[in-house]
Amino acid sequence: MPFKDVIGLSWGALMAYRMRSLLTALGISVGIAAVVLLTSIGEGVHRFVLAEFTQFGTNLLGVHPGKTATFGVSGAIVSNVRPLSLADGEALARIDGVVAVVPVVQGNALVEAQSKGRRAFVFGVGSAVPTVWKIKVTTGKFLPAEDHGTARAFAVLGSKLRDELFGGANPLGQRIRVGGDRYRVIGVMERKGQFLGFDLDDAVYLPAGRTLELFNRESLMEIDLLYEPGASVDRLVADIKRVLVSRHGHEDFTIITQKQMLDVLGSILDVLTFAVAALGSISLLVGGVGVLTIMTIAVTERTSEIGLLRALGAERGQIAKLFLTEAVVLAGVGGLGGLAGGIALGRILRVLVPGLPLQTSWAYALAGELLAIAVGLAAGVLPARRAAKLDPLEALRAE
Amino acid sequence: MIRLQAIQRKFVVGDQTVYALNGVSLEVEHGEYLSIMGPSGSGKSTLLNIIGLLDHPTSGQYWLAGKDVTGLADEERAEIRREKIGFVFQLFHLVARLTAAGNVELPLTLAGLPRPEREERVRELLAAYGLTARARHLPGQLSGGERQRVAIARATVTRPEILLADEPTGNLDRSSGREIIELLESLNRQGLTLLLVTHDPQLGRRAARQVQMRDGRISGDGRGG
Repeated sequence: MPFKDVIGLSWGALMAYRMRSLLTALGISVGIAAVVLLTSIGEGVHRFVLAEFTQFGTNLLGVHPGKTATFGVSGAIVSNVRPLSLADGEALARIDGVVAVVPVVQGNALVEAQSKGRRAFVFGVGSAVPTVWKIKVTTGKFLPAEDHGTARAFAVLGSKLRDELFGGANPLGQRIRVGGDRYRVIGVMERKGQFLGFDLDDAVYLPAGRTLELFNRESLMEIDLLYEPGASVDRLVADIKRVLVSRHGHEDFTIITQKQMLDVLGSILDVLTFAVAALGSISLLVGGVGVLTIMTIAVTERTSEIGLLRALGAERGQIAKLFLTEAVVLAGVGGLGGLAGGIALGRILRVLVPGLPLQTSWAYALAGELLAIAVGLAAGVLPARRAAKLDPLEALRAE
Repeated sequence: MIRLQAIQRKFVVGDQTVYALNGVSLEVEHGEYLSIMGPSGSGKSTLLNIIGLLDHPTSGQYWLAGKDVTGLADEERAEIRREKIGFVFQLFHLVARLTAAGNVELPLTLAGLPRPEREERVRELLAAYGLTARARHLPGQLSGGERQRVAIARATVTRPEILLADEPTGNLDRSSGREIIELLESLNRQGLTLLLVTHDPQLGRRAARQVQMRDGRISGDGRGG
């Protein structure tokens, strides 16, 4: 019997019990909608986080003190670790293929201007921040390239800190106090938003050498390197290791490439997306039990019809195929409804909660539909086998 | 055409063995019109089911069109039913959700015939049986006689060689019953082998050959009509 006719007969049987079929398909729809919606959120979060991490560019390398693979804010310095110094940063800047270097030391301090004061992040950095971190200066200029030991007491404000301390007034040339030390404002950065809990706009950028003194630290927390787009990362890492080992005597630092960081993040976020998809699948499982129930009832109700079909010459395989197809069509149609519902819900959510990162992945949507069909197949197997095994004579007598 | 030899069919009910058929031997020629009569429980329906390959004999042998079909596998039996045998039941056994045309088309769909050919054959047959106006009606919208005519159309649409009718007029009034039996007889005159199971002696006597059954055995096999 051609597949088209199998589908036709199965569809006819489902349409004979419209409401029952609709409600059963709805069970699958809810499951698929949950899978689509949750994976959309998972995928949205995935992309959002990766975008956050790549907003500073992708040709970046971070050197952290201590031989550790932990990434994030580097603060823990193992006892036998030599400090990562400003001179280390200058040495790294001379490596072939390195475009610019930013030494980083950070903390939190009271920033005062005129009669106002506010605790804000303090980034002790070098002059290459706009190039390396891809942040623009909107007013004035960034910290000049100066010798770290004799750098002048200049400060550049994040946009929010400028608003808080100066309101609408022009802060350029104004004096501020950071942790008690006096600085002159020479620039204001563009709005950049939050990154891993740090509000980059509620921050002040100071020369790294002065910031080390301010926080009474010996070591930088990080040195960020921007390298040429075509440069070999492996060669750069080898060169950085060679330079720093020759300066420190042994490998007491960790180099984290953007790719490593993104790979780790990507795998974590993949697990997250998979976990939410699994959560959604629980409701799909319930929908599958619904299909199983309805198909079991259908076989019982239509025992006489099965007997008739057998008398008319239908083979056991054809009977099994008919009932299996019914289950698959039921689940498949439910799945399509779920896809539409999930996507529609996603759009509504995007309107209601604009900040919620939500990205419908067609790969997950397709996987969701295939999953619905698989659930239909699994739920249809037992009833279909039961139908196929019926003795034709006994089945005919069932009426 | 049909040759049965020492067919036995027993059922075990609890600790009792019941012989529905006990040593039945029968030969039916191609194009014969044969009625099987007997009281309730005499084994006439069991005999028809075995001839129709819906049931297995416990012992004995069965040849159909010269081929031993006694021990055939399920799928081979289904193929023979599909190609050579048509069934007409007392309770019509129409699929309630399918129209008259849909019910008649069903065996052709199972046989895998292309849709245009199926529709052509169904149209021809419904016209021949005076059912054209009822083609799009559901079984529930048809009279008993019309339902049985649809069932006969379904049984003959595959152009089988044998038609097995088990009490085909049992659920019909006298007038509809006469129409149905005349339809079956006209099919027999066109060459179809017709085996008719009935408990109605008046109906049974219309057949060219009458087989009497009692207690699972053939108690009489005569020609009349």
